[in-house]
Amino acid sequence: MTWVLNNLGLILELTLVHIRLSVLPIVLGFVIAIPLGWLAYRYRLTRGLILTLVGLLYTIPSLALFVILPPLLGIGFLSEANVLIALTIYAVAIMARSVAEALQSVDADVRQAATAVGYSSWSRFWTVDFPLAGPVLLAGLRVVAVSTVSLLTFGIVVGVQSLGYLFTNGFQRGIVEEVLAGVVMTVIVALLFDGALVLLGRALMPWTRAARALPASPPRVAMA
Amino acid sequence: MIEFRSVSKRFDDGTLAVDDFSLVMPSRQTTVLVGSSGSGKTTLLRMINRMVDATSGELEIDGENVSTIEPVQLRRRIGYVMQNSGLLPHRRVIDNIATVPRLNGVPKKQAHERALELMDTVGLDRDMAERYPSQLSGGQQQRVGVARGLAVDPNILLMDEPFGAVDPIVRADLQQELLRLQRELDKTVVFVTHDIDEAFLLGDQVVILEKGGRIAQKGSPAEILANPASDFVASFIGADRGKRALSIQTIDGAQVLVDGDGNVAGRLVEAGPA
Repeated sequence: MTWVLNNLGLILELTLVHIRLSVLPIVLGFVIAIPLGWLAYRYRLTRGLILTLVGLLYTIPSLALFVILPPLLGIGFLSEANVLIALTIYAVAIMARSVAEALQSVDADVRQAATAVGYSSWSRFWTVDFPLAGPVLLAGLRVVAVSTVSLLTFGIVVGVQSLGYLFTNGFQRGIVEEVLAGVVMTVIVALLFDGALVLLGRALMPWTRAARALPASPPRVAMA
Repeated sequence: MIEFRSVSKRFDDGTLAVDDFSLVMPSRQTTVLVGSSGSGKTTLLRMINRMVDATSGELEIDGENVSTIEPVQLRRRIGYVMQNSGLLPHRRVIDNIATVPRLNGVPKKQAHERALELMDTVGLDRDMAERYPSQLSGGQQQRVGVARGLAVDPNILLMDEPFGAVDPIVRADLQQELLRLQRELDKTVVFVTHDIDEAFLLGDQVVILEKGGRIAQKGSPAEILANPASDFVASFIGADRGKRALSIQTIDGAQVLVDGDGNVAGRLVEAGPA
């Protein structure tokens, strides 16, 4: 514990950096995945194409990506942008499929009813399909958040500070405690993001819990 | 008035759902389209608000060809009630009812006030306004669906098997409620069902459909019962059996009506003034 107690300042600082760097790829990944996921959901032709492409993206090792991106985009090997873009790509890779599945999960009857009462396709997407896809979107976003937080530690190999510093530094100097501190804090940050997303989901989707809150209607089977 | 003139619909997969269909649905009356599955009844209904576009023929609402009206605008002025209510699960009851007025730009406060009035109209307790659809019974959901259909005070109300998924007691209740509403509101109602009893109960004009939207017979319930146009109609309305085939038996000098199953259905008396 001595090492931890002596380095609380460093651990806290790296944790905050880690949180700060994780937010952008998660948010960007989500935003970029929406149109891609929609295309994959909407058209048979683009479906196979996009889902295969994002599937392949995820298989690129992160180290390779850190090396490929800079010359492609004209950014520095050791820049934060390099890591952030790489992580965004991974986020998109996971999330695009989730968006497609989430949109697929919306009850076709509800969708058709919305059209029948006079929603235009644009307003129906944002006010009916998208919110109703919420629970599945949230599930995907939780995976993205945890994966981003953990992948960010790799950034240290190109010199971008994060909790990953505790891994490499602890390993080089043979301080097991430091490595463990890095692991524990990474898990805690991941749990923080996960918890925040769950709370956000509850706040934004009160209806998902309404069904359980009250002894509701006769069972669905009776209405089928 | 809604008028179909030689309307046909062939779907992309080649099925001819509706073949050369012509019909006038008079204003302020209830026209019921009744038929088995595959009779094209729902397709016909959906043509009225352009959920389905005809392949050929013309469809006019009060003399205006629907193909010239932008679909989204058209749908916002026609009430639509469907099976399983079609309510938005993520909106509270009051927001569901206020959906279309809100789409039309009516201020929220005003739309909500109107929604509460409509809850009274369809017999829903105002306390339910804040609930989500999943917290209501099937019958209550259907009432919300009807209230939503009435929210913009449309001239036309389309009802696609609206009571098909609720249990028989609730259904009977909702049917009576619809008859009451129709007396009060005087809408042009187009109602689709596969239940001939429901058709006879609700329809001013009943249209019995065979495959491909071919009209087997149309007329008032009394006309159809009195004179089934074909064997198909006779068998569809069950004229030859059950509670429609009443016969007179004389018991102790009084004339008693007995149905096809041998059960006593009532007593024969002189008709009083209507």
